[in-house]
Amino acid sequence: MNPEYAGGSLSGAFAALVRRDLLLAFRRRTELLFPVIFLLVVISLFPLGIGPSPQLLARIAPGVIWIAALLATVISLDALFRSDFEDGTLEQFVISGHPLTLIALAKIATHWLVAGLPIVLLSPLLALWMNLPTESLSVMVVTLALGTPILSLIGSIGVGLTISLKRGGQLLSLLVFPLYVPILIIATAAVMAASDGLPYTQFLGLLIAGLITSVTLAPFAAAAALKISLS
Amino acid sequence: MNTNIAVKDKPRKNALVLFIHKLGSPPWFYDFTGKFIPWLWLIFVGLAAWALYLGLVRGPADYLQGESVRIIYLHVPAAWASLLIYASMAVMAFIALVWRIRIVEILAMCSAPIGAAFTIVTLTAGSLWGRPTWGTYWVWDARLTSELVLLFLYLGVIGLYNAIDEPRKAARAACLLAIVGAVNLPIIHYSVKWWNTLHQGSSVSLLGGSSIDASILWPMLIMAFAVKFYYLANLLTRARVRLLEQDLRKGWVKDVVREQRP
Repeated sequence: MNPEYAGGSLSGAFAALVRRDLLLAFRRRTELLFPVIFLLVVISLFPLGIGPSPQLLARIAPGVIWIAALLATVISLDALFRSDFEDGTLEQFVISGHPLTLIALAKIATHWLVAGLPIVLLSPLLALWMNLPTESLSVMVVTLALGTPILSLIGSIGVGLTISLKRGGQLLSLLVFPLYVPILIIATAAVMAASDGLPYTQFLGLLIAGLITSVTLAPFAAAAALKISLS
Repeated sequence: MNTNIAVKDKPRKNALVLFIHKLGSPPWFYDFTGKFIPWLWLIFVGLAAWALYLGLVRGPADYLQGESVRIIYLHVPAAWASLLIYASMAVMAFIALVWRIRIVEILAMCSAPIGAAFTIVTLTAGSLWGRPTWGTYWVWDARLTSELVLLFLYLGVIGLYNAIDEPRKAARAACLLAIVGAVNLPIIHYSVKWWNTLHQGSSVSLLGGSSIDASILWPMLIMAFAVKFYYLANLLTRARVRLLEQDLRKGWVKDVVREQRP
């Protein structure tokens, strides 16, 4: 655990890890598309199942888009530590001398760039599909931009706990969905308030508070979970 | 009992600390709890019978809710217990993770099924009470929804514990999940409460602002105590069985089996 032997500073290690993971993600770019395509398919099922009435779709749009975003995130979460766990890279991270919390944070940041950001960028299109009023469209994008990092952060704890299981994916959704309840409530409330012409900044404030809290706490819990899984 | 090595090293140890250290030893824990588990069951049965007698036989029917008010004697104590057991599980999980005491890990994990059972009792009794009183089995009331999310949190802990093969690793993973859940539980509760007021206006209040009559309050409180004794008795019984299972190849279990100790 000699910091000098570990080589490089904390920020250097962080940047190197993010660069490596982004490169790996870019090499497997078809896999990256699966959660995005999943999101599009799920959203397009709703008008088919409920009916094409524009008013009805506009009413349920915030909830539908957010629930689809939750599902797409959970699907992509499994890739967060899976390959590193299977080929032993994760153990090398642990003995590298760098804090595992920092490594977890770097992995989560990359996961958001790869899986969360596409959802945010795609959301204006989804909002148009669901006939969401244009005045609440920007609020929808902002709630997703603030909320999807929280989903990745909280999800990373669940992934850390289930990584040693062969079929952890099914259990993962049971573990993380109850924890996602507050974000879903606050984010959809913000979009609905914007649709009704009501003030919505307080909801965005709550989301920012949630983001700050989860950025500070979740990497520690994820690192602890990984250590238990590796033991 | 066999003397502890730690005690020999530090002879001036406080009696309470000594007692806690002794409880960490599986054979000592097994013997000690075995002595008073029957008493816990006895107290539970006595208190529960008393509460049910007061509530079901002596107590009057409510002038608004009629006979269905009697469901409350089961529903409210179960709801309190479901929350209290989660809190106690989270505290034990924290102790288990920090000090790595195996018996506390087992106790925390044995709490989860009991707590989950109480949430199911709460939800079932609540919806049976809601049918005659509110006219529906289920409403997305803040309290009902929080209780449902609590059930999911319990199921997550139980699911994770059972999914990992190695018992100690499973216990530590599930303990961490219990702590994460405990941090989130107040946030979930208040967000659900606030979501409910936002979407539905004021919801039906379970007990209202009005004071409860003593004829209803007393059976409920006695039942709440009875339920705590049930939790303790059930928890310790489960923990003893789990200890025997885990230590199947150890000497003290062989002694237990050979001597037919209680």
